[in-house]
Amino acid sequence: MPWTKVFLSEDDLQQFKAAENLRSLSYVEALREAQEQLLESDPRVFILGEGVDDPGGIFGSTLGLVEKFGPGRVIDIPIAENGLTGVAVGAAAAGMRPIFVHMRMDFLPMCMDQIVNHAAKWYYMSGGRVPIPLVIRSIIGRGWGSAAQHSQALHALFMHIPGLKIAMPSTPYDAKGLLIAAVEDGNPVMFIEHRWIYNSVGYVPEEKYTVPFGQGVVRKEGREVTVVALSQMVYEAAKAARELEAEGISVEVIDPRTLNPLDDELICNSVKKTGRLVIADVACKTGGVGGEIACRVVEKAPGWLKAPVKRINFADTPTPSSPVLEEAYYPTSLTIKETIKELLRR
Amino acid sequence: MSDCTNNATGIPASTLKELLRVMVLVRRFEEKIIEVYGLQDMKSPVHLCIGEEAIAAGVCAHLRPDDYLFTNHRNHGHCLAKGVDPKVLYAEFYGRVDGCCRGKGGSMHPAWPELGILGTSAIVGGGIALAVGTALASKMRQDGRVSVTFFGDGGSDEGTFHEGLNFAALKELPVIFVCENNFYATNSPLAARQPHPDIYKRAAGYGIPATALDGNDVVAIYLAAQDAVARARQGGGPTLLECKTYRWKGHVGPDCDHEKGCRPMEDLTAWMEKCPVELLKEDLLGTGVIEPWWYNKVVQETDQELDAALKFAKESPFPPKEEIYLHVYCEKGS
Ligand SMILES: Cc1ncc(C[n+]2csc(CCOP(=O)(O)OP(=O)(O)O)c2C)c(N)n1
Ligand SMILES: [Mg+2]
Repeated sequence: MPWTKVFLSEDDLQQFKAAENLRSLSYVEALREAQEQLLESDPRVFILGEGVDDPGGIFGSTLGLVEKFGPGRVIDIPIAENGLTGVAVGAAAAGMRPIFVHMRMDFLPMCMDQIVNHAAKWYYMSGGRVPIPLVIRSIIGRGWGSAAQHSQALHALFMHIPGLKIAMPSTPYDAKGLLIAAVEDGNPVMFIEHRWIYNSVGYVPEEKYTVPFGQGVVRKEGREVTVVALSQMVYEAAKAARELEAEGISVEVIDPRTLNPLDDELICNSVKKTGRLVIADVACKTGGVGGEIACRVVEKAPGWLKAPVKRINFADTPTPSSPVLEEAYYPTSLTIKETIKELLRR
Repeated sequence: MSDCTNNATGIPASTLKELLRVMVLVRRFEEKIIEVYGLQDMKSPVHLCIGEEAIAAGVCAHLRPDDYLFTNHRNHGHCLAKGVDPKVLYAEFYGRVDGCCRGKGGSMHPAWPELGILGTSAIVGGGIALAVGTALASKMRQDGRVSVTFFGDGGSDEGTFHEGLNFAALKELPVIFVCENNFYATNSPLAARQPHPDIYKRAAGYGIPATALDGNDVVAIYLAAQDAVARARQGGGPTLLECKTYRWKGHVGPDCDHEKGCRPMEDLTAWMEKCPVELLKEDLLGTGVIEPWWYNKVVQETDQELDAALKFAKESPFPPKEEIYLHVYCEKGS
């Protein structure tokens, strides 16, 4: 199905497009189109964030929106992340549908109070009286010496907080569909994008559509090992799986797409079949999402596993800047391949 | 009593009487909590506002039912002055299903959206930003509502105070910042936390009109809030009102913390001389706006209402245990 496909190269995509004659967009164009359609169709929607109206347009993801919808709905803000998150929460409580955009997820610790103590708890604390339909877009990334304060992925912190939903789209199709679903969801949603896949291209329908939360997708079917990959690691996992296929090793790649709710069932069913589980994350290991996924599988059925669970993560350190250190820091498809081979050797 | 205008203030007699009634309601509401708290079945930390009633009464007198109000941990007076039924507050404090938040919020987090109270944060300074957000929504929708946020001197220590004032001024939002400066944040005096005693002067840096007020003078607050609300409603942007007042009871709970050495006893004695309820009552008696029988009747009727509310609260059932999982997420909202 076109909407489950990950394209690893331009060639891949061209072959596919030629065969199916389908519309394609990049991840960043998909995000931009989703916001444009949301602003067009729902007067409650507005966008705020540092630089959402500037010529860079948040790596291109908000380009042209201020020209089309005006500074009243595409609002550049002071560098006051927590206060402005509170403003967005208040506006959401009053029935608006704000999308708060952060160029880097590293800035979200500034807003921890308003996200964790306010947005996440408001509906519960008010006895179900006041929902907070707030979407917080944030961008993660890696490389180019960005170092410790400009390359973090903090999804695990937010996965620990009841009341938040979390989306981590990997394909252009999901970027658009999940963003629209997030805004329509009615709850606070942490929407986490990966800078490195902003230019990846894929099938994206023109109309406004949603991708349901809590439904993962099998990116590649396989029999021997299940790799649950998040965000950009979906591409690394798909590449590893393709290369291993040539070597006669059959790998199933699962992209959960949302972490909360998490599609336990899809993951468990896959592990039941393969008996081996690898989790490839875009963050460091300790206290991370991989541990949670592994535990859910083990809780359901410890007997399924023929081998130990493996987690592929960044080193448990802050991110270094030097290219040499960076290279040692980030796992790739090669790491995934080696891990899988090691699992199968046992 | 006729509805003549009181000469000194220009405020109608009926309004002055209503201000007094609201203050009596708040005072008696809190005193009833003190009466029952020793039984230890109101299992929620209560932050009483006895001594500070004039601020809630004077400001809320200008608010429409649909105006937004954000308060803080010391919220009982604001909710009552906005018109919330004491029944649903007491029931909430007792953790009952008829409480304003079905027992999920307790004393620190009341919500009553019907009256613009969209929930309450007990994170110091938290509500300030939220009120700026509802004001932003109002401005975008042109719905004519104003937003009010009540916070303490401690709230003005927080970043949200500065971030909120800055953004509200920048976008000329219809929000009134009401600082209840009772000179303490828990047991920490203002002088130990801020280099300057006048909180209202911060507003000048943001170009926001601000006044320091005697927080125990309900008439002064009423008049200042009248201007502030009118300006906000007409699109004139935010105002900061700093109301200097004093809390009679401990930071939390029904006791007097002066006995524990938390604050000087002389301060309490001096501020009790300036009781906001007594001040207005004496003034209205002196100017003939009310007579003793009227005041006694108000107290009596208030007590009846509050006793009935307490009874209602204690008779209300607890929520079923399954409700622990209810309301973590809302169903797909449109
Ligand atoms: C962010 C945060 N820090 C600390 C506390 C603990 N705390 C609760 S109330 C309070 C003092 C608040 O003082 P103020 O804002 O002046 O209000 P008051 O109690 O005097 O009415 C503190 C420190 C809190 N609730 N939130
Ligand atoms: Mg104080």
